[in-house]
Formats: sequence, structure tokens, C-alpha cells
Amino acid sequence: MAIDNDTVKKVALLAQLKVDDDKLDETRDAFNKILNWVAQLDEVDTQGVEPLVSVHEQTLICREDVVTDGNKKDEILANAPLKEFGYFAVPKVVE
Amino acid sequence: MNELTDLTIAEALAGLKNKKFSATELTKAYLNKMEEGRRFNAYVLETPEIALKAAEKADKNYASGTARLLEGIPLGIKDLFCTKGIRTTACSHIIDNFIPPYESTVTQRLFDAGASCLGKLSMDEFAMGGSNENSCFGPVINPWSKDKNLVPGGSSGGSAAAVCAGMCAGATGTDTGGSIRQPAAFCGITGMKPTYGRCSRYGIMAFASSLDQAGPMGKDVRDCALLLNVMAGYDEKDSTSVRKEVPDFTKVLGQNVQGLKIGIPAEYRPDGLSKEISEAWDKAAAILKAHGAEIVNISLPHTKYALPVYYIIAPAEASSNLARYDGVRYGNRVEGASISDLYVNTRSAGFGKEVKRRIMVGTYVLSAGYYDAYYVKAQKVRRLIQNDFKEAFKLCDVILTPTSPVTAFQIGDKSMAENPINMYLNDIFTVSVNLAGLPAMSLPIGLSSDGLPLGMQLIGRAFDEETVFKAGYVLEQDAGFKRK
Repeated sequence: MAIDNDTVKKVALLAQLKVDDDKLDETRDAFNKILNWVAQLDEVDTQGVEPLVSVHEQTLICREDVVTDGNKKDEILANAPLKEFGYFAVPKVVE
Repeated sequence: MNELTDLTIAEALAGLKNKKFSATELTKAYLNKMEEGRRFNAYVLETPEIALKAAEKADKNYASGTARLLEGIPLGIKDLFCTKGIRTTACSHIIDNFIPPYESTVTQRLFDAGASCLGKLSMDEFAMGGSNENSCFGPVINPWSKDKNLVPGGSSGGSAAAVCAGMCAGATGTDTGGSIRQPAAFCGITGMKPTYGRCSRYGIMAFASSLDQAGPMGKDVRDCALLLNVMAGYDEKDSTSVRKEVPDFTKVLGQNVQGLKIGIPAEYRPDGLSKEISEAWDKAAAILKAHGAEIVNISLPHTKYALPVYYIIAPAEASSNLARYDGVRYGNRVEGASISDLYVNTRSAGFGKEVKRRIMVGTYVLSAGYYDAYYVKAQKVRRLIQNDFKEAFKLCDVILTPTSPVTAFQIGDKSMAENPINMYLNDIFTVSVNLAGLPAMSLPIGLSSDGLPLGMQLIGRAFDEETVFKAGYVLEQDAGFKRK
């Protein structure tokens, strides 16, 4: 199944990326090569096979629901490109 | 072999203990070597002050008899590991100014054991690549290069080149589809990817969380064992790290392999596998056989599907993990009129070509309507691949294969630049191991006719790194490979 330039644009938007118009064909072709190549999985019979999500059959361990860390506002904000009044700052999102 | 930087970690520890030289002298020797080796472009950040300060402390500890396991051993750290107060970039422009306020568990454990940090090592951006050409700091040069510049492999290419050129005593790496083993093979060093869950992933920038695993890269098998002894262990900060005792991996070194069953998978000898690599493989099997091991022919029938499975699952997980780089909390920001514009502008400017490609493939295979056809299908085939290994390990104790179907290739190789799949195919012998979560080591077995290292891979049962180390040590002793 081949994808077209519109699909490339749509996927890029979902991924919050922009593909420049002059790169659309190239991106689409690379995309299609990869999708055609992974399509060989269709020939594998997976009837009744459980998807493998984690390699170890261990159930996640629960811990006590207590605070173990925190009070690190300055450290958390230290790498922010823009901060104001002790918060991360972004363009206005509510009109 | 009389430079301090030629010593293995085991030799250096003995020398430090016996006061033949000081940790400061050892560290300075490595710092000099790093300066001499800058043309290889392996380090993206050198931290001499930090290393010398640690060396001073190490010398005090040796003097007072309180030396720790790796006291005074200078290491290089892959730039995917967050190091507190030391710039960590994943070799991506999107985060090339990040100063972590915390330390990754693996590096914390190493530094707590007395090892020091010489600097941060180059890698493919976010560990996506097999040649180190995707680093935002430019390609790394394989120290084995002669007239033409060769790649060191990837993604842990800086780590492999630095160990190879004596620019660190050992290095950390991470391996998602072969990123420790393939560069180890290309640079003629030893690298170990432990069982998934052995080492904590806390503080390692995530690429594909169900596959990523940290491991040691060293001058020989013993050094990898010494490093892994310290790196491994349960960590409550990583829910996928496993509560299991970590044995002393050096204990098995030198034990005999009498009666050990060595599996040789038929599928790893495809038509067109180079004669040299095929012969090196036979040589490795012959060495183990001469030591009393039994060679067993096995089959891993789903091998050919491992790469397609990997190139669905890894991008899918990456697309999710890399969503966090949005220009708000850390990294670089490219402003936009709206928040959405800010995200798009930041990510489009910050990520490199291969990373964008994988994020988009991952987004596509997870998107509505394709999730079952691609992602769930890949997870099902992943189970079949794991089952192949379970069946194989009923017949053998450890599996022997080449690490890579090729030796180090030239920087800027045309066929790989033209078609990403050609680059992906280099991982054909390594990815299955990540999909199944198994431990595997690459070690050098000899040189090709054009003088480049050939790597062999040993794959073990889950949590049976010991058998891998044991067999690897026997191979190493008889292979007679001369380090660069």
C-alpha cells in the first residue's frame, strides 16, 4: 500500500513536524520503501499468537503510595527556554 | 605496550593498588591521549577538571586503603546518559544545551564505585543509526581507518572509537538494536548488551523503551565483566529493571567450556555472506570445540522478520518517547505565533533527518486504522522470534554468530545514504537479541584481508550473562586478536 504526499503531510502534522514542500516527494518515497519492506510480515501466520508487549513475564511491582521526591522547582525549571513567575512560559493558548 | 593508556581496567586497578602509578597519572595519560585523538571526533565534551578532581580523591582513597571497586578508572560516557551538571545532548540539536539536574542510575553506580568521567561520547542522534553519521556534532572516525575515513559503527560509535584509540579505559554504551555490539565489532573492542532489565534505564534518554539497554564497552572481556558488575542491579526508579541478584561476572572467566553446547543458527549464514566473515565464524566455533564444547546446529526460523518487526516497534516507541521534545521544558525553542506553531517549528528545526523519519513512521504505524495491521502484527511476530530462541536454548547453552555482515564502511557510503533500508540491514544479526531481551556480547576474532576487525557475537539465555562471559573469555584467549 503506497502513501501519497497528503498522507505524509497528515502524519507530519500528527507528529508535530513540518515537511517542506520540496522535501515531500523524497520523504514519501523513503516512507513507502520502509512500509513496503515491513509489509513482508503479512506472510507470517500469527493466528492465535499473543502480542509481546514486554520480554519479561513479570507483573509490575507496586510501591507504597508515598511522596519520595519533590520540592525541586528550580531544578525542574533550570533548563526551560522561557520561564515566568516560576512557571514554564508558552504563547497564549486561551483567547 | 608500555603506555598507561594501553592497560586494561584490570591491569590499571592492579597498578593503582600496588602504587606503580597514581590515579592522577593515569587520568593525565588519558587526557593526553584524548587531545592527540581529537581528529577522531569521539568526544563531544571533555571534562578534564572533573576527571582530575576524581583522580585526586582516588589517590587519597588508595593511600588510606579505602579504594572502591573501580577507584581511579577514567571512563567515557555515551552522551545519552544524563550526567548531573554536565551537558547531555543525545547528539541532537533539539537538546544540545541541556544540563541535567540529576544523574542516570548507571553512571551514578559507576561514579559511586570510584570511576571518573573523562567526557561525553558521540553517538547517532537519539541512538538512531548504525554509523554515528547522524550525530549533530559530525561523524566519528574509526581509528582503524587507513587512506579513507571509515565509520566506527553506531549508535555507540564515539564509545567504541574512544576505547579503541585508548582515549578512555572503558565506556558506557546503549543497545536498542545492536548499538553496543556493532560498533564494538567495527572498532575491534568488546561490548556487552546485558539482558533487558539488568541495568536501570533511569536517566538514559529513551529511544525505544522495550528494547533499550545499557552495557559496558571495553578493551577485553574481563573489563566488560568488571564494568557490568557495577552497572547492573535493581533500581526502583526503573519499573522494568529486574529484582535479581547480580553475580560477580569475573568469577566465570577462565572456567572451562567442556560439554557446553554452542548453537550455530542456519539462518545467520545467508547467501552472499562474505567468505571472510563465514570463515571467522568457523574459526570461532573451532576454538570452542577444541576446548571441549559441543557444536549444535540450530534454527531460528523467524530471523528474516526481525528487522521489519524492529522497524515498526522501535519507531513506534520512539515517536511516543520523543514527543517530550517540544521546546517548553528543556532544549531549544523556535518561537511560533501559537503553541502548535511553536511545537512544529521547534521539532522541525531540532530533529535530524533520520530521527524525523522514524518519528513519522512510528506515528503512522500507531495511527488509527493502521495500529493492528502494523504495530500489533509486529508484536505478534516479536513473540514468535522470542519463541525461536526459547526452542533453540533447549538444544544449546549459548549461540555463536557473526556480529555484523560487514566490516566498517566508508563515511558517506552512497548506497546507505540513498536507501535507509541498506543501513538498517547492517543490524541483521543483532536486532533479534533486543526483540527477545537476551544478553549478547561482541568480541573481536581477527582481521579481514583489508585489515579491519571482525566481530563475533555470543548470545545467552535471559539472565545468563555468565555463560556468555565464560565462552567469550575462551574465544578471546585463543583468537589472539591484537588490540589497536
